[in-house]
Amino acid sequence: MGLRLRLGLRLGIVALTITLLSTSVLSDLLLSKVDRRVDLTSQIVRITSTLKVENAGFDLVSDVLLAFPELQARKLAYLTATLIEGKGKVKNAGVSLPIEVANPKGMPPALKIYSVSLPMALGQGNSLTLDVLAVYTHTLQPFPEKITQSDIQLVLFQDSAHYLSPYPAKVQSLSIKLPVDRIESYTKLENTKSHGSEIKYGPYENLPPFSYLPIVIHFEFNQPFAVSQDVVREIEISHWGCVQITEHYNIIHAGAKSKGEFSRLDYQARAHIRGASAFRHLVAKLPPSAHSIYYRDEIGNISTSNLWGDTKKKELLIEPRYPLFGGWRTAFTIGYGLPLQDFLFESVGKHFLNISFGPPINELVVNNLIVKVVLPEGSGDISISTPFPVKQGQETKISHLDVVGRPVVVLEKGNVVPEHNQYFQVYYRFNKLSMLREPFMLISGFFFLFVACTVYMHVDLSISKSSASYLAKLQWDEVRATIQQVESIINQLLEAHEKLEASLCDLSRTGDIQACKMARKTADMFLKEQSKELKTLFSFLQSSPSAAHIVSKVEDLVLRERELQERLIAKHTTVVDCYERKFASREIEARVAPLEQKIIALRKEVEDLLEYIDEI
Amino acid sequence: MSTAGPEGANGATTLRNAFGGVLSFFILLLIGVLAFSIRLFSVIKYESVIHEFDPYFNYRVTQFLTKQGIYEFWNWFDDRTWYPLGRVIGGTVYPGLTLTAGTMWWILNSLNIPLSVETVCVFTAPIFSAFASWATYLLTKEAKGVGAGLTAAALLAMVPSYISRSVAGSYDNEAVAIFALIFTFYLYIKTLNTGSLFYATLNALAYFYMVCSWGGYTFIINLIPMHVLLCILTGRYSSRLYIAYAPLVVLGTLLAALVPVVGFNAVMTSEHFASFLVFIIIHVVALVYYIKGILTPRMFKAAVTLVVSVGLVVCCAVVAVLVALVASSPTKGWSGRSLSLLDPTYASKYIPIIASVSEHQPPTWPSYFMDINILAFLVPAGIIACFLPLSDASSFVVLYIVTSVYFSGVMVRLMLVLAPAACIISGIALSEAFTVFTRSIKFQLPGLSLGSQVESGDVTSSVAVAQNSSTAVARNDVAKAEKAQEASKTRPSKKNKKKEKDIVEKESVTPHSDRRHLILPMEASVISIFLLVLLGAFYVIHCVWAAAEAYSAPSIVLTSQSPDGGLHVFDDFREAYAWLRHNTDVDDKVASWWDYGYQTTAMANRTVIVDNNTWNNTHIATVGTAMSSPEKAAWEIFNSLDVKYILVVFGGLVGYPSDDINKFLWMVRIGGGVFPHIKEPDYLRDGQYRIDSQATPTMLNCLMYKLSYYRFVETDGQGFDRVRRTEIGKKHFKLSYFEEVFTTHHWMVRIYKLKPPKNRIRGKTKKLKSKGSSKRSVAGKRNPWN
Repeated sequence: MGLRLRLGLRLGIVALTITLLSTSVLSDLLLSKVDRRVDLTSQIVRITSTLKVENAGFDLVSDVLLAFPELQARKLAYLTATLIEGKGKVKNAGVSLPIEVANPKGMPPALKIYSVSLPMALGQGNSLTLDVLAVYTHTLQPFPEKITQSDIQLVLFQDSAHYLSPYPAKVQSLSIKLPVDRIESYTKLENTKSHGSEIKYGPYENLPPFSYLPIVIHFEFNQPFAVSQDVVREIEISHWGCVQITEHYNIIHAGAKSKGEFSRLDYQARAHIRGASAFRHLVAKLPPSAHSIYYRDEIGNISTSNLWGDTKKKELLIEPRYPLFGGWRTAFTIGYGLPLQDFLFESVGKHFLNISFGPPINELVVNNLIVKVVLPEGSGDISISTPFPVKQGQETKISHLDVVGRPVVVLEKGNVVPEHNQYFQVYYRFNKLSMLREPFMLISGFFFLFVACTVYMHVDLSISKSSASYLAKLQWDEVRATIQQVESIINQLLEAHEKLEASLCDLSRTGDIQACKMARKTADMFLKEQSKELKTLFSFLQSSPSAAHIVSKVEDLVLRERELQERLIAKHTTVVDCYERKFASREIEARVAPLEQKIIALRKEVEDLLEYIDEI
Repeated sequence: MSTAGPEGANGATTLRNAFGGVLSFFILLLIGVLAFSIRLFSVIKYESVIHEFDPYFNYRVTQFLTKQGIYEFWNWFDDRTWYPLGRVIGGTVYPGLTLTAGTMWWILNSLNIPLSVETVCVFTAPIFSAFASWATYLLTKEAKGVGAGLTAAALLAMVPSYISRSVAGSYDNEAVAIFALIFTFYLYIKTLNTGSLFYATLNALAYFYMVCSWGGYTFIINLIPMHVLLCILTGRYSSRLYIAYAPLVVLGTLLAALVPVVGFNAVMTSEHFASFLVFIIIHVVALVYYIKGILTPRMFKAAVTLVVSVGLVVCCAVVAVLVALVASSPTKGWSGRSLSLLDPTYASKYIPIIASVSEHQPPTWPSYFMDINILAFLVPAGIIACFLPLSDASSFVVLYIVTSVYFSGVMVRLMLVLAPAACIISGIALSEAFTVFTRSIKFQLPGLSLGSQVESGDVTSSVAVAQNSSTAVARNDVAKAEKAQEASKTRPSKKNKKKEKDIVEKESVTPHSDRRHLILPMEASVISIFLLVLLGAFYVIHCVWAAAEAYSAPSIVLTSQSPDGGLHVFDDFREAYAWLRHNTDVDDKVASWWDYGYQTTAMANRTVIVDNNTWNNTHIATVGTAMSSPEKAAWEIFNSLDVKYILVVFGGLVGYPSDDINKFLWMVRIGGGVFPHIKEPDYLRDGQYRIDSQATPTMLNCLMYKLSYYRFVETDGQGFDRVRRTEIGKKHFKLSYFEEVFTTHHWMVRIYKLKPPKNRIRGKTKKLKSKGSSKRSVAGKRNPWN
């Protein structure tokens, strides 16, 4: 236990000696009352100091200096000072005052000085009250550094009991709030009180400038120690009505490292004792209008999450795949969409996006945050306004169907805490007509595809129009067309045959000889006509050379058909004759029978031939 | 109609054809959409994620390809697997799938559509199943016409057997290989039908794609020669057959040898010899036909006797050389998997690694019903239909179904090859049936002559019925009405009826004659159509059920329905892999049974000892031996392999049956196959595998048992294993060489770390053990929270 603690103490003492050596008073300011409250309930340490500043000199003073030891200053993530107006109990939190790094002469080297510019110079004898909020990260040091699953996590916090300031302080007090009342040890000085989870130092009176009195508190700390190395937050604006946010996290439990076995059994059975230092989940506070929320990592969706919300807020409970013990890491991505009209506004011909800077997860420390704002393709004249200084850059991202790519504003900031979750603005010019570019591209793409198809279907791509094979092909096409015509005519003829037969049937039913004769006459006419046509087609076939191998078959077909036709007519005449002579049906059948047989045979032949030709 | 001139008739036919063409185009489009969307259940019910084991490897390879480029990919030596041997991925992987997905990703990205590689991989299989159903259409169309083609395509789009391998996320070789298989067959048939060299070249290219995609290409290179041989034997040799076969063998073999994983195997293993033999035979036959053409019959006879005598000698010599070649290689030139195809008992006898994979087991009868459903009943009908009349194409289809039925009977996995064949045959059967029935109805409905004109043609009628049962119902209604009318009339004689039907002239395309033979009574046709539609509906329901319930689980995420209707998700695998990925050193080696190798490398990005590419039996046997050894011996084995973490899968707490304890006997067998001191009987009590108090001490002391059940008894006080449904045998024990570092939420994956070797204690090493134990007890006491 001892070594590190002692080391810390020694460092403090060194700092103290340095500060005590150089006690030059810069101005005649005086801190008539200093009240410091240290909040240690989360890994992010927030120190609120209420300073009552009094001008004891003669000159007007417009700057107040704040001093931080170099070590602390490096961990300082956020610093604001607000002027509190009004007296007594009625306090109004004023606007935050501008703060900048100052390097006044005569300061001890181990200190970093910030200067707060007051809105109006402080005259002689006047006083004002400042509220200074300093937020530190990585200040709680786990001790011991490695614990087993069943150990509780203890951390160290070091600070000074006296308020370090270049000005003398009349009265100052310090109160420290801890998450639980289990305190392993704390530096006991005069006027130290410990009450439950709160430790009070002071009040101390009449402290000289740069007084420093190191204290160390060693206490149990089981709050989530979630630190994210890198967070990439991508905000993509689509003028079609959506702001899509994607955030990539890379989280480590930065508390005491876990050593030895991890037993799921112990963790499940007695999670409060065995695994108190682990955290299961994080909570992200999303805007109430967030929709289509997802939570995944590189190997797929993470099913352990929960979402609830109402019209005022929406909370996403993010549970990593496994509980995070000290030193364990995980990585995931969350994403959600926001309606455009809530975040995009217009002013003097420019659009501007007004959206919060930091990630939405509670009490998360981000070592390096990169915010990328992806503007729509074709936007220009970009300018950014942020409430605190950030590193800016620009790049281009090529996304869905882009041609030149979308301009991306890249903002980078180290050491980000939830206090940085403030609104920032990106101004840009964008012509709404360019929204239609992508749909138009798609439409024209499909249009040209169809046009190309149509052209391809109608263009003759054969290389030579006079080559023998091409001519032969043309001829063959003609022959085929002719053969098809022949076929259709033959088919029609066959139909006519059927009609003749049908008329015979009618005859057998009704005995109407005249109608039957009429049918024969029309059929005869029709057959003759068709035969004539057939002849012309046939002569064409005979003349064309490429039809040579098929001509014989066609000829055969035509002849057979003719024969069939004759037989049919003969049969028809016979039957009608017989009816006229009122022969008995048996006799009719006897007379017709040979004809009938012939007809059936012929018909079969014709059909076979048709089939054969059809196959060609 | 009869008065319309030839021109008009022609125009109407063209119009009808155009209408049919557009209709069948849209039907095909819809079939593609159906094939794609029925496979999306997994994405909707679970998430867009890669499934199972092998797909993870393919996904990882694709990631590498897209990041590093094609040349790096060919030269990729993977040092994150098979530690310390490594694996030459570029030369041992079938690159078709990876290159396909990589190309798709590249095209999309160059069009500035930034889809992730994962998304492309997840949706590759559904896209290719749409292609496969189109290829089925083409193949069946070549064999039996458009109607059969559309029906077969619709059947294939949702056949459960194929769905099981091609749901979204199932990014496996089979996903593209089935398309390649069918398409190659289509091009072969197309070449056979047209005799075009153009198609023959395409066929060789399609075969090349198939070789790139899947080891199952040997099926093609054996089936096509078989068909050629069949054609020759049945006297169907023609120049078209020659053009279809000879370029395929020459070009195909050359192209296949380009694929690194095949290389010289394309000419050196027995799987390919059949094609060369048939190649020789077809040349001999071609020569014979040629000589027959130029010689007189008498001379020809003399030549035959001469050639036969010489040929016999040559053949004998060739056969002798072949036999010698085959006999000189240890496995007789056949790879293990192929041998187990020829002799189903081969694997279980000689290669436990092949036998240990469940998909290499012979299927059970219910799995036929599950996987191809009603197709199993339609296949015989389809085979009969293929014989009426038998053409080159239909004989090929018959041969395809017969061989694939045999292969599917050997391995469950090859059910996948059967499915397209069954779909094609059933498509033919259904289409023929519908054609016959609808025609019968049409002929007996004179009033419908005009209306049916538009709908006539095999395409529209059969498909309209198959696709849309409502049409069928409507038609049935019409039919009934007509029937009633007819009944009220005087009953016409049969002859009369025939004539009426003939008057309903409606087709000028198909010949009259065979139509007359296939007329069924009206009532029978209507009822049959109704039953067929019912059968089809049953098939559709089964397929959708299978797609939604049976085959969509990604197997890395499990869900269970809680009694109150909620869904409980078991995401333990990814939990463990994510833990490994983020909380171990990047170069740590993780040992597990080989099933989890691919997933560990892909999801956890850690080096593994063995993985699902089971190329080195000895290495796997080493891991198997370690798992079946007592703690100390196992520690030594693992330590010598530089292993830092051991991952075991344990289902005893939640009842997940495919865990390592259930696979353990295979580890023993495989380990024992190489290291004889591991004997299977030592782990069995009276030939029974048990883990309760009756289990053998070897079993209770082996590493796998200890790692699985470490501190398990403390969960419920008894140590009741929910998978084996018994209380475990050895309940309270401590691990002295391993420590638990992570266990997932439902205990399904447990990760242990090898303890570092102990410091040597001065003096005798014999005391080490006792000292060590006393030390541990001290450590136990010191911890106040224990």
